[in-house]
Amino acid sequence: MGDARQIIANRAAQELETGMTVNLGIGIPSLIPNYLDPSTRVFFHSENGLLGFGPAPKVNPDWALSNAAGYPVSIVKGGSYFDSTTSFGMIRSGRIDLAILGSLQVSCNGDLANWIVPGKRVPGVGGAMELAYGAKRLIALMQHCEKNGQPKIVTTSTLPLTATRCVRRIITEMAVFDIDENGLTLAELMPGFTVADIRNHTEADFALSDKLNE
Amino acid sequence: MDRFNKVADYAIIKPLFFDGMTLLFGGFGGVGTPPTLVDCLIESGVKDVHLIGNDAGFPWIGIGKFVCLKRAVSLIASHIGSNPIAGELMHDGALKVEFSPQGILNERVRSGGVGLNGFLTEIGKGTLLAENKPLVTIQGKEYLYESPLTGDLGIVYAKKADTFGNLVFDKTARNNNPLIAMAAKTTIAEVEEIVDMGELDPEEIIVPGAYINYVVPTRGINWKWIWEMQGK
Repeated sequence: MGDARQIIANRAAQELETGMTVNLGIGIPSLIPNYLDPSTRVFFHSENGLLGFGPAPKVNPDWALSNAAGYPVSIVKGGSYFDSTTSFGMIRSGRIDLAILGSLQVSCNGDLANWIVPGKRVPGVGGAMELAYGAKRLIALMQHCEKNGQPKIVTTSTLPLTATRCVRRIITEMAVFDIDENGLTLAELMPGFTVADIRNHTEADFALSDKLNE
Repeated sequence: MDRFNKVADYAIIKPLFFDGMTLLFGGFGGVGTPPTLVDCLIESGVKDVHLIGNDAGFPWIGIGKFVCLKRAVSLIASHIGSNPIAGELMHDGALKVEFSPQGILNERVRSGGVGLNGFLTEIGKGTLLAENKPLVTIQGKEYLYESPLTGDLGIVYAKKADTFGNLVFDKTARNNNPLIAMAAKTTIAEVEEIVDMGELDPEEIIVPGAYINYVVPTRGINWKWIWEMQGK
């Protein structure tokens, strides 16, 4: 069995469907292309001004052809370059079908916290607020609990928010949850986990999907 | 100055930097930040600089090299995660950092560069970044007012320029450079290639030369990828 991050990325890769315009955040989401079925054809969007990028070239990476995380990529047929306002215009106006972001906490109503841990980590928000606001569908990826065991799926976030009521699905190494106006629903169990395991490691209350029972 | 020949050398550029100036810089994680102009800024010795740009670069790349010298007093950026020294300086109070959502930051720069007075948005509502920003209610809906950004000096990187300062960019090294190029009182473009007027296809020009005051040839990119510097 691989580590939790790889398990999450592998499951998240199944969320991509042919024809989608997709933005992957840094961290776990950046591992998703490794698990993407080759028959699934999507256009990846990168905040720095690139739509339609592919794997890094094997030789001679070009500083002027990289993704938002600063790693070299290639451009696919039909890809384009544009300035940062066009890039974010695309995000805010709903042209991104699916955004998958790493997360620190998600609350049961879909509030996302992924940019600051006051007093500890203050990297800044980057493009996360706009992706959370504008993407047609937002999926949050994270390990189910903190290293100290503290649950990250919570009733009310204890961290400053990135955006309110924006996350529609959460994928962890233990489970998949959906969020709608009725709140949080446990949709899938990842291999090796039971509903009781999820209850023991999730602070927020959740309903069970029709496919699952206690 | 010849308005149709803006090509300059670094001896002309260096005195343009001054203590206390507001400097807008192009680039995204160092890609598209003009490397020779950053070196020139460092050599100029200026201090108390107010920076505006996407991020704090890396300690060894982009504006990061200047930030690490503690000669900037403030930075408006979308993130500083790639430069841990910027984080330390912020934590110690030596660098005042204002975070702005990435696309909103670019639109603020654009607003400044195109003679507008800011704009309204819902991005950031209900978050820490809404603090100190005016809330405007229009037809029952609340928006944040985002102010325009301008500066004394702008530095950008482009692939090619003609002598008038018309600019052509290089793939993802374009990023925010076209916006930064419009927003400062004086803008300097560092370029890989300088051609005569008439040699650029007018359809490929991204920034018209009207926005550019000086064009300087690059002395090389000297790029280092993240993995080349880790552990150094």
